[in-house]
Amino acid sequence: MIVKNFLLIFLMMLVTFGVRYPVLALVGRYDLPEPLKRALRFVPVAVLSALCAPMVLIQDNQWALSFSNVYLIASIVAILVAWKSRHLLLTIVVGMLVFTTLKLAGFG
Amino acid sequence: MDSSVKRREFLHGARDTVPMIVGAIPFGILFGALATSAGLSFYATMAMSLFVFAGSSQFVAATLIGQGVGIAVIVMTTFIVNLRHALYSASLGPTFKGLKQKWLVPLGFFLTDETYAVVIKRVNESPDSTNHHWYCLGSSLAMYGNWQLCTVIGITAGNALENLSSWGLEIAMIVTFIGIVVPLITRFPMLVASVVAVSVALLTREMAHNFGLIVASVAGVTAGYLAELYSGRIDARSEYQGE
Repeated sequence: MIVKNFLLIFLMMLVTFGVRYPVLALVGRYDLPEPLKRALRFVPVAVLSALCAPMVLIQDNQWALSFSNVYLIASIVAILVAWKSRHLLLTIVVGMLVFTTLKLAGFG
Repeated sequence: MDSSVKRREFLHGARDTVPMIVGAIPFGILFGALATSAGLSFYATMAMSLFVFAGSSQFVAATLIGQGVGIAVIVMTTFIVNLRHALYSASLGPTFKGLKQKWLVPLGFFLTDETYAVVIKRVNESPDSTNHHWYCLGSSLAMYGNWQLCTVIGITAGNALENLSSWGLEIAMIVTFIGIVVPLITRFPMLVASVVAVSVALLTREMAHNFGLIVASVAGVTAGYLAELYSGRIDARSEYQGE
């Protein structure tokens, strides 16, 4: 069990570093073509959107598009706060507060 | 003079990462609690945070361990969940061009969603600085230290508090990423990238090993780029605003 877990962690470390480091090292040696550089500007928006959407809109493997979905309400509030204020910390704090308040009030 | 500039960049990077840390705290605690309840020892849980240092894949791994899934599948899933970091590396590569290995190895190891988001913003705002690697290191070490601390707290709290994983602490990660993404959507092509990524992520959510995440990311990037190409023909001037 212990050996198995440490093998697992070692392999996870290898693949994670193997994804992060080589591209950083290679790209630093060559000049990327301009179209690719422009495309890469969309990386943060695309990746983080793709990461969040299923967590918000799918609950227990089902679509959760109702107002009883506390994640959805907190996310909508966070989007509005982020859009109006452009303030990261404020967005995080308000989003978490709305979520916690609704949860404690018995929603969802 | 030179070394004080480096120190200032380092501290600046750490300071700009504070909001990300607030968002990462609940997530780190949740990981510690989840990993121990899935059967990992204190040391194995700590080792994962210390040596893998990739929040969402650690989270998925802990869940899979709890379900009794084998090593090969967990490692494969880790690889796919973390593939997005190759996009981050490609995006930051030109900034770190010419740095020695002693810099590239740690900056690669420490590259997370949060540090990437903070650093790419800084690079776009001050493209001429030659000390972005110090800024990145400051952000990295702030995230790293916090992640270790939260893992310890999670391991301890997980034993003390029942059902910590049912509290919905994932919301912290969601609102953090919303706070990063929304201000970046200043142009129509960015909105296209986001909407396409969201749609494809939802459509591909059943794909094995979370492969849908990487499909959706590439689809979003491609759609944004194409939208920029075509809107650029219509209005070449507005295209470069907000960059």
